[in-house]
This record gives sequence, structure tokens and C-alpha cells, in this order.
Amino acid sequence: MTIKEIQEEIIDEFSMFDDWMQRYEYMIELGKSLPLIEEQYKTDDNLIKGCQSKVWVHAELDGDKLVFTADSDAIITKGIIAILIRAFSNQKPQDIIDADVDFIDEIGLKEHLSPTRANGLVSMIKQLKLYAVAYQTQLK
Amino acid sequence: MIETTLDIQAIRKDFPILQREVNGHPLVYLDNAATSQTPQQVIDAIVDYYQRYNANIHRGVHTLSQEATDAYEAARQKIRKHFNIVHSHEVIFTSGTTQSINLVATGFNSFLKEGDEILVSAMEHHSNIVPWQMLCERTGAVLKVIPMNLEGELVMEEYHNLLTSRTKLVFCNHVSNALGTINPIKEIIEAAHKAGAAVLIDGAQAAAHIKADMQALDVDFYTVSAHKMCGPTGVGMLYGKEEWLKKLPPYQGGGEMIAEVTFEKTTYADLPHKFEAGTPNICGGIAFGAALDYMNSIGFDAIAQYEDELLHYATEQLLAIDGLKIYGTAAHKTSVISFNIEGIHPYDIGTIVDKLGIAVRTGHHCAQPIMDFYKIPGTVRASFSFYNTKDEVDKLVEGVTRAKNMLL
Repeated sequence: MTIKEIQEEIIDEFSMFDDWMQRYEYMIELGKSLPLIEEQYKTDDNLIKGCQSKVWVHAELDGDKLVFTADSDAIITKGIIAILIRAFSNQKPQDIIDADVDFIDEIGLKEHLSPTRANGLVSMIKQLKLYAVAYQTQLK
Repeated sequence: MIETTLDIQAIRKDFPILQREVNGHPLVYLDNAATSQTPQQVIDAIVDYYQRYNANIHRGVHTLSQEATDAYEAARQKIRKHFNIVHSHEVIFTSGTTQSINLVATGFNSFLKEGDEILVSAMEHHSNIVPWQMLCERTGAVLKVIPMNLEGELVMEEYHNLLTSRTKLVFCNHVSNALGTINPIKEIIEAAHKAGAAVLIDGAQAAAHIKADMQALDVDFYTVSAHKMCGPTGVGMLYGKEEWLKKLPPYQGGGEMIAEVTFEKTTYADLPHKFEAGTPNICGGIAFGAALDYMNSIGFDAIAQYEDELLHYATEQLLAIDGLKIYGTAAHKTSVISFNIEGIHPYDIGTIVDKLGIAVRTGHHCAQPIMDFYKIPGTVRASFSFYNTKDEVDKLVEGVTRAKNMLL
């Protein structure tokens, strides 16, 4: 599936919920399915700065596709990074670089995009894209 | 049952913001230690200034400038009286506690030499650690830490041991922002003076709860931010004993702080203007005075008594939640409760209760050394003011319970 198709699938799933509580409960569920980062990669270098909770993200190439793993010490943050990774993992770096993130608005998590939010959703997206830029250069 | 002589419902009507809704729920504002809300009386003072007599102060001969100067200086007098300060020129208007501390820290450059020591408490806000570290870097002085125990109280025996003839300055907050501990500042000041050291007390977290008496404390410097005590942001005070303020060099150069200027030499203005370069936050200063009037009209004794009852009620109710742990259990504390629930990150709790209209603070509260001490990433902090109610405490407890059920 393309990034766009996965994002639409996520939007569909979230559209089933009518209130914030169900959305958050689902997000917490998604957090549990997050492909976990290996302990050896939980280093300061892989820590995303600007979050109140700790978030580690690791990326590696599988052929011409980039695979992300991650973890966080906060459950909601884990859910957020799980959603992002579901959309961006196993994709070509160039597609990750080009992808837009409007789907965050549509699943009712727009409030987390505000720079005042300490959960660092903005930093997470930036970090995933930075990995993509780095590996794109490597692929060339 | 909470008994108070205060009419809390009438007081709540003074605060327009308390009438609003957040995420479809009536706002429950429990982040008062970060900033307090503003009563209509203070908002009116701000509006009145801009509508009737906005003008630059201290040198205009026209009526508006006179009126603005009078109001600004009247505010200085209110502050002097409130904190029982001898001279009004010992009241320096600043942008808040952080600037007040930096003013003193910078001024101490010329008083310190290599090997001198500065003592700071283990429960300081970052704004109370960094300026002293910078001062040590500039002068070669050494920063030493007064340790605290698990209850969040300073270990006073250790403090007395740390005080030597090398100690030049002692720095401590009156009340800890992260834990609510009320520190024994009278004892701290007396012992420091015996050792020949000056003392700066940060009153930012205390001023809304305790009416500090500068003469009784005999403190050398004391700092306050207006926005923590019903005033506006961007204004505060530095109290300094006259002898110290005369010795300290000016902090910033500019207008207002000079007596005479030629290209060869400038002579500085007398106190307090020596430390008030440029056009000050005139409206903020006047509104700070209005905030003191407001709080004094309610009465600090009644405020302290009511907040203490709220603290005890909230402590009891929160502790009934299984797995909840409170950090900071000092015998003397203000209405601040820092807590965590076992197995849950504070950020998660803060996010869920915000959805229920409850404002609490989560994180390290700019006091990372305290979090390191307890080996935790942060806490959830609920801080209560005199306009909070028992009903709001119940809503917090319900919200935290609901968050716990979702998250565990």
C-alpha cells in the first residue's frame, strides 16, 4: 500500500469513533502494536528531543525501503508514534520525504500538532523525514 | 467539610476566566503555581491605564505623565508596605523573578573570587541554578548544594556544616515550585549572616500564599513575580537592602538609570532608578499594585487557612487512588501536590485530564535535579489557589481515576 492509502485506512478506522475517549483508547491500543525498537538502539542519539516523554526511533534499510522501530515511556505518545510508523514504515525514502501529514488533522489529533504541545509530534515527523533524507542520499 | 470565612463563590465571580469551558467541560484550573488567574479588579486597572493615562513616566511635565508617574510610584509604595520594606527605593521593579535573580548574580561578579562558595538548595527551579552556575564560571567561585531528604525537606544539619568563611552567598527558594515545601528561611538567613554570607530568597512560589516580612526576615534580597499572585505577566520585584543595592553595579545601561551623561563619563541615578533602565512596564507595575490590593482585601491569613484545608482534603482524596504516590510530603507546605501513579507516565495523565477540562502541569517543572533525586521522569502537579473549590478537587480525583482506568 502507498503512504496515502495507509493514511486513508487510518482515517477510516478513526471515523468510527464519536468521542475523544474512544479515539484515545484506540490510540493506546495501537501503541501496543508498535514495532518495538531493539534495546541496543535506545541511545541518546535515537532520542527525539522536545518531548515531555521519551521517544526513541530507529531506522534501517530493507532493500530500497526504510523500516522504522520505536518506543516511548508514555502510552499516548507510543500510540502517536505507532500511527506515524504505520504510515511511513516499509516505504521508499523519497515517498516518505514527499508525503504530507494532513491525515493527523482528520483523525482528530490536530491539537498535538501545535508547537506548544510537549509531546513532540512535530519533532517526531521531522525525525522520520530526516531519516528518509539521510537514507535517500545513501541509496544514491 | 471545609470551613472558611471566605465566600468562595463570590470570589470566583471576580475571575472571568473561571466561567469558561475547556473541551466541553467547565474549566478546573489547577496550575496556579505556574501562573495565577487575574481578577476583574486587576484587568480594570490595566484597561484604565491604557484608556485614561497611558504616558511615559518620571520626566514628562504634562498631566498624563504626572498621573502615570504617581500611579506607578503608588504601586511601589503598595509593594513596600505589603512586604514591610523600610525604603521604597529598596523596591526595584523587574520583569519578574528570573530577571531579579540575574540582576543580583551579575552584580556579584566583582564581589567574588576564586575559591569563594555559593550555596544553593537542592530543590531549586532552573532559573535559580543557571545564573549561579554562570556566576561561578565567570568568577571561579564554587557552587555547593544543600541536600534534601525524601520528604522534600532541606537537611538543615548539612546546611550548617556547609556554611564556612568561604561562603559568600546563599540562595534558596521560600517555597519549592515542584514540591510545595516551605523552607525554614528564617533559620537559613540567620545562620548565613553569622557566617558572613549574603542571602537571596526566591519568593516566587511563596508570595501568593505567605505575606513575607522583609524586616522580620532580615533578608538581603527577595524576589517576586506578579503573575503568580493575581497580577500580570512580565513584571515583578527585587527587594534589596539599601546597603547592598548601593554596592551592586547597574545591571543594564539606558535611559532612566543615569544622572549625567557625557561621552567621557556617565554618573548613575540614585536608587531605585539605577536598576530600572529604559521605559519600564508601567501598566504592569500599576496592575501589580492592584493585585496586592485585591489579595489583601481577601486577607492572607484567610487565604492560607482555606488553601491549607484544600491541600489536606485533596491529599486525602488523591491518596485513596490505588498506586498514587505524592512527592513532597514536608510538614510545612503550600497547596501544591506533585504525584505519579505507578506504571503511568505523568504526560499521559495530564493529556487525559485536559480532555476533561482540568488544567494541571506535567513534566519536570523546570526542576530536573529534584526529578533525578526521586529517579522519575516528572510528575503531575496540581496546585490550588483560594478560588478553587472542594468540588474541583473531586473533579480532579474523578479525572485522574478515569485516566488511570484508560491507561493501565
